[in-house]
Amino acid sequence: MRSAVSIPALILTAAFVGYAGLARESGLTLDQTLMMTGLVWALPSIVVLTGAITGGMGMISAGLAVALASVRLMPMTMALMPLLRVEGKTKRWHLLIASHFVAVTAWVFAMRNVQDLPREARLPFFLGFGASLTGFVFCMTGVAYVMVGSLPPMVAGGLFMLTPVYFLCSLWGASRISADKAAMLAGLVLGPVFYLLAPELDLLLTGLVGGTLAYVATRLARRGVR
Amino acid sequence: MAELWWWPYAMIVVAGWLATDVWRWLGVLFSGRLREDSELMVFIRSVATALVAGVISKLVLFPAGALESAPVVLRLAAAVSGFAAFLLFGQRVIVGVLAAEVVLIGGWLLLGGS
Repeated sequence: MRSAVSIPALILTAAFVGYAGLARESGLTLDQTLMMTGLVWALPSIVVLTGAITGGMGMISAGLAVALASVRLMPMTMALMPLLRVEGKTKRWHLLIASHFVAVTAWVFAMRNVQDLPREARLPFFLGFGASLTGFVFCMTGVAYVMVGSLPPMVAGGLFMLTPVYFLCSLWGASRISADKAAMLAGLVLGPVFYLLAPELDLLLTGLVGGTLAYVATRLARRGVR
Repeated sequence: MAELWWWPYAMIVVAGWLATDVWRWLGVLFSGRLREDSELMVFIRSVATALVAGVISKLVLFPAGALESAPVVLRLAAAVSGFAAFLLFGQRVIVGVLAAEVVLIGGWLLLGGS
């Protein structure tokens, strides 16, 4: 519980407070906003889904865009689970439940701190940490949604600005190899281009085209072919 | 279709919850099998990173709501200075976020925003 009160947790909460403003301006109701916070629990995916719902996207293309935005959760989960498991004792469904709390902030925190704990204590710690963090952020998002309508435009604008800057910094911080960084630059440039060219499919195209370009370019560079 | 009251909820469950948690579940099932540094994984991560980066620049260039009333140059300046501060001062997210907010709100006040 004490770990849930930390600088990363505060920034995450602030980013969700900013998101509550975005959700409200986008026309989502309070229960829809909270449902997304609780069920999806990965801010980039939530923002993609919000855009998809308000943009009138179909369920398949919206699901694809969200799935692409969330695909990073798989390697993250794969890296964390071996640390939480006690060989031959931990049940798989316990891990499946714990995996719901995997998102950038909780993951970075757990990867850094869980290794100081004895193996038996790790899964309970992660569950408690994840549940407190999600619960706290959930409540604050609800409070922010109710309050944001009465905020002066400058304060509300400042809150909206939190999300992109938070993503920008944590995405760069989470990138480990040149392909990640190249993909980030490609996405930043291509996002607005595809938004203007093909507003229906812009995120899918940004991900596929930008990601492929970044992967191919860095792979050629790794091999020394220019 | 978008007028039906349950449509947003169906979208949240199928296109939101399932589309997100399926990766976490696969991560549990595959943990210890697929190597994280395999070429397939590097490619998948590139696509995911580019997509999220696209979301970032859209939020800055074409925001919804109150941020719209800040000039686009100011929004860009805030994001760029936030990221620059993040890189310069030991990659601390809090530094980047605060720097961006100072530039945004400071510039807004200078321009005489409300």
